[in-house]
Amino acid sequence: MVEVKNLTKRYGKLTAVDDISFTAKEGEILGFLGPNGAGKSTTMNMITGYISSTSGTVTVDGEEILRNPKAVKRNIGYLPEIPPLYVDMTVRKYLEFMFELKKVRLPKREHIEEVMRLVKITDVKERIIKHLSKGYRQRVGFAQALLGNPPVLILDEPTVGLDPKQIIEIRKLIKSLGKKHTVIFSSHVLSEVSATCDRIIVISNGKIVADAKTDELGSTLAGDEKLSLDIEGSPSAVLDTLKVIPGVLKIRKLRDVGSSASRYIVEYKTDRDVRRDVFKAMANSGFVILNMQSANETLEDSFLRLVAEDNSKEV
Amino acid sequence: MTAIFKRELGSYFNSAIAYIVMAVFFGFSGYFFTATCFVGNMSTLSYTFSNMFMIIIFLTPIISMKTFSEEKKQKTDQALLTSPASLFDIVMGKFLGAFTLYALCCLIFFVYGLVISFFTAPDWAVIICTTVGILLLGGALIAIDIFISALTESQVIAAVVGMAAGLALYMINTFISMIQVDWIASALKAISPTNYYMSFTYGMLDLTGVVFFLSVIALFVFFTIRALERKRWS
Repeated sequence: MVEVKNLTKRYGKLTAVDDISFTAKEGEILGFLGPNGAGKSTTMNMITGYISSTSGTVTVDGEEILRNPKAVKRNIGYLPEIPPLYVDMTVRKYLEFMFELKKVRLPKREHIEEVMRLVKITDVKERIIKHLSKGYRQRVGFAQALLGNPPVLILDEPTVGLDPKQIIEIRKLIKSLGKKHTVIFSSHVLSEVSATCDRIIVISNGKIVADAKTDELGSTLAGDEKLSLDIEGSPSAVLDTLKVIPGVLKIRKLRDVGSSASRYIVEYKTDRDVRRDVFKAMANSGFVILNMQSANETLEDSFLRLVAEDNSKEV
Repeated sequence: MTAIFKRELGSYFNSAIAYIVMAVFFGFSGYFFTATCFVGNMSTLSYTFSNMFMIIIFLTPIISMKTFSEEKKQKTDQALLTSPASLFDIVMGKFLGAFTLYALCCLIFFVYGLVISFFTAPDWAVIICTTVGILLLGGALIAIDIFISALTESQVIAAVVGMAAGLALYMINTFISMIQVDWIASALKAISPTNYYMSFTYGMLDLTGVVFFLSVIALFVFFTIRALERKRWS
């Protein structure tokens, strides 16, 4: 549905987006993850045709944005980082204006009512946008993007500045929209993206550093499995015993725990669960396991590591 | 185009801009009208019209200053530029919105004509021709000011630069007298709006004047489109 190929944007010497390629399939919710200033908004502005790319192409439903902008823009609903609201208008008047601006060919009154119901702003429809709270404004921005039921929705940080209840509501809304639309949405909060998206693309310094299904992202990024063990007994003997267990790749003593025990980190191959062998080996040698838990990286850890690695490479 | 036009015109009347602009326009034209026609005891509107040139120079930038600079500042231009509307539609919608407000101001001249008709037969030819002239002059200035507005995010800068540009155009005739080189003087004379405008105030529907002002409007609408296009590519 959305195909981005070798997209690059340069501002003078600064490269904001550097050779990005990805595709979003129909009905997919794609999360764009990256720290502030990573190039998320710039990429989205290029997909929607707000700014042009230095090189590379964006194709939506077979049409290229720079060749046939009208056809592409008709297929995209865009909610920029700051919702583009005319604050001197009432909600209904504003949506009517956007409806006409987008040249939507649906029954006007019914469609606007339907969209307002969907994002729950029907009760403020006669109020002037200037007087609405941030949460409502965000939802009016959302409504504007949904007008005309575009097959592709681009949402730039749709939950920034909302309270936790509103964030959960917006997330639910995005999930329900993902059934009918292709959704690309950006965030710098990992938990949000992992809770909502089918696939996550991590961007740092204008480059894609990871692109994986949400449930796979953890394992692809984290590498080998890790165990954290607290074991009673002399460290050298324990290390010797652990070393010979098949499947174990690396052992590291972290620190002493209490007077007689130490904490070890054991890395092992993903396809081989060593927990039983560790337990038996320790029991046979008379070492007591006080604590055994997974030390796998959380998504948050992998994300931070990825971004940090990329930054250090730059320097 | 119609969606943007309607919104633009509506925004003038939703805020105080439309009412203040109209009040100032009616106030000054009313003063010039009273001073020449009642105090001076004349039945011609020519003086009223020629004096209005100065007022228009200050009012048109006020009307057009927000057209693009405010959109850019509030980021609402993202909605316009990512919609299927073409740049021509966007610029023309804004131009027509600003121009309609200005045209509403100009309707007052027909009221003055009616007032004169209570005392004596007014020269309708002069009134109609000059109103056409004043509409064309205002249209040209609005097109120039919209272009200036597309270049900056600040409404104040847009207004000040617009007024300076209007004054400079107004003063071209005084520059001409100081210039010794013939071809520069005649070139300046050819782009001086005052010369074209004045022939309208004598009651002549001057075709060269009509063409001149329409070309200025077309040229600056085109410049505005290019300015918006350029911003996307930079």
